[in-house]
Amino acid sequence: MSTSDGKFGRYGGQYVPEALMPAIEELEDAYERYVLNNEDGFMDEFRQRLRDFGGRPTPTQYAERLSERYDRDVYMKREDLLHGGAHKLNNALGQVLLAKYMGKERIIAETGAGQHGTATAMACAHLDFDCEVYMGERDINRQRPNVFRMKINGAEVNPVTVGRGTLKEAISETMRDWATNVEDTHYVIGSVVGPHPFPAMVRDFQSVISEEAREQMREQAGTLPDSVLACAGGGSNTMGAFAEFVDDDGVDLYAVEAGGSSLSVDEEKGVAPNSASLSTGGEGVLHGARTKLLQDYDGQIMESHSVSSGLDYAGVGPELAYLVDENRATPVNVDDDAALEAFHRLSRMEGVIPALETAHAFAYLENNHEDLGDTVLVNVSGRGDKDLESVIEETEKRGIENAPDMSMFSGGLR
Amino acid sequence: MSRIPEAFADGPAFIPYLAVGDPDYESSIEYVEALERGGADVIELGLPFSEPIAEGPTIQNAVVRALEGGMTPTRFFEFVEELDVDVPLVCMTYYNLIYRYGGERAERPRAFVEKAAEVGLDGFVVPDLPAEEADPLREACDEFDLDLVFIVAPTTEGQRLERIMEQVSGYVYVQARLGVTGARSDVSTQTDESLGRLSDWDVPKAVGFGIKTGEHAERIVAGGADGIIVGSALVDIVAEGHENGDSAEAVADRLEQKARELSEGAEKGFAQRTPHPERT
Repeated sequence: MSTSDGKFGRYGGQYVPEALMPAIEELEDAYERYVLNNEDGFMDEFRQRLRDFGGRPTPTQYAERLSERYDRDVYMKREDLLHGGAHKLNNALGQVLLAKYMGKERIIAETGAGQHGTATAMACAHLDFDCEVYMGERDINRQRPNVFRMKINGAEVNPVTVGRGTLKEAISETMRDWATNVEDTHYVIGSVVGPHPFPAMVRDFQSVISEEAREQMREQAGTLPDSVLACAGGGSNTMGAFAEFVDDDGVDLYAVEAGGSSLSVDEEKGVAPNSASLSTGGEGVLHGARTKLLQDYDGQIMESHSVSSGLDYAGVGPELAYLVDENRATPVNVDDDAALEAFHRLSRMEGVIPALETAHAFAYLENNHEDLGDTVLVNVSGRGDKDLESVIEETEKRGIENAPDMSMFSGGLR
Repeated sequence: MSRIPEAFADGPAFIPYLAVGDPDYESSIEYVEALERGGADVIELGLPFSEPIAEGPTIQNAVVRALEGGMTPTRFFEFVEELDVDVPLVCMTYYNLIYRYGGERAERPRAFVEKAAEVGLDGFVVPDLPAEEADPLREACDEFDLDLVFIVAPTTEGQRLERIMEQVSGYVYVQARLGVTGARSDVSTQTDESLGRLSDWDVPKAVGFGIKTGEHAERIVAGGADGIIVGSALVDIVAEGHENGDSAEAVADRLEQKARELSEGAEKGFAQRTPHPERT
């Protein structure tokens, strides 16, 4: 199998400083040998650890009350039940294990919402690696429970203070660390972004989601879904949920992006109040790959926005950009308010508290279920425990209708 | 042929870098002109990009100041046109700005290169563009007779090195140590090994990353480098002047002095070489 050019149509590639290229070539070689060709039984060990340590397979669950509400069959792929509370462990465990096979000694990672950092910290504790995680200062304050979890697992958390202090800056800073310590360090990138082979490799580690879901849908529903919905920031749960359905022509794939507060942009300030790079972005080069980006006319990268830090990124995986151009995947988006409403709806109706990222997919379901066919599969990419503080705060601020009453706290929440 | 080879023709080339527009357009013009007075043989002009992944904190902050000061690719080209300097000028920037220039309907990256040639630039360094992805830019540079400088890292060896050396023109940027840009108190020993690996090629070798003093410059040129590239140590002077509220004139004087220290250091190092290398 040839993956050597690392391109998805016009997207992808390897736009990185020369100092990193030997490490990228080494990683390409390891990816082909261990991941694609199961050398030394790498994939067998990976699958076994995903089962024993991670708790795979995760269930695909029939959502009874949502099915009733929308008058069609709604199924949920429960990645929130994976160890760590999100799909992120699939990739983190795969890459940390790969680093072990490659003889690397140190792991670094970036994190936005903290889910990938948490998963990497857990995988590193599990496989006895030193771990450092770069996280934007703003995200550190938005996602305190995950910062605690990383530190408890023994990882160092390095705050990134440049720029707006979100995922984009954290990725840049992790790349700088990698360029400095490339000889003994592996960079566990958290999504299907970055230079080849990362987008393909992370997709392969995450595709266990759709591999299981496809089988589970056959068994439980007796049919493949008409539509698959997954939220999309960088796009790792999206590609994981789509990968095994891409060849099924009858299955529509919806990448639900964060519409933030508005789809319009402020060129003057370089701010896009959304993270909808698939829906509104232009082609460009960022963090090692050619893809769709939120950028101004000159090509300066814009500050993105989403109420959910896991979607708050100006780029997107190159393969997703390609699937969108090929009309194989449909980019859609929902705004912050709709996501918050969906968060409460799913929690109340199904007893599943979703991550704010995940809530975007359910918000799209609420607004557009009539176009999604008889059977819909939604990827529950993660659970919402990490978001409780910010959800309660944002909900109160915005006066979201279906929010629970929190007035029992004397003197308010803060 | 661009004008860059001449800069290496009679002795070592001193190649300073500044982020254009740091902290504002007018001061920046004075700073670049001061570098020439201080002995610059080539000047690297940084066109600021919002995600400078190869830069350390010093230049990251310079980029932030320049962007806040309103620097854009269009302003950058105006800046180059307005500069009153004679030495060759190399544009250092990231690929997205080159790729995006001219809008969706432009022929890219040719449009950027055409404009660069028009305003009098002589070449490019693009830290996030490895040889594998460089063909479109290489072709445009050939069309307009501009040089494309590549960076060779301490980790670059074997086939990778050969591929880069086939594509490079002007000079090869020898990265003195792993990591990101930034001034250091010591000079890496990785430099000698890198220069050794490059000895088979004729193209001038300019060493950068971490050079801070005239002594560093001297040692590196004595060790066989054809040129030295200095960025952060100069940007530090701009940053300090900005923080202290010093006049642009005072900062320009300091830059000129620092440039002189570095270029004289390079000359001293060159004089120490035995046997004295022939120049072609």
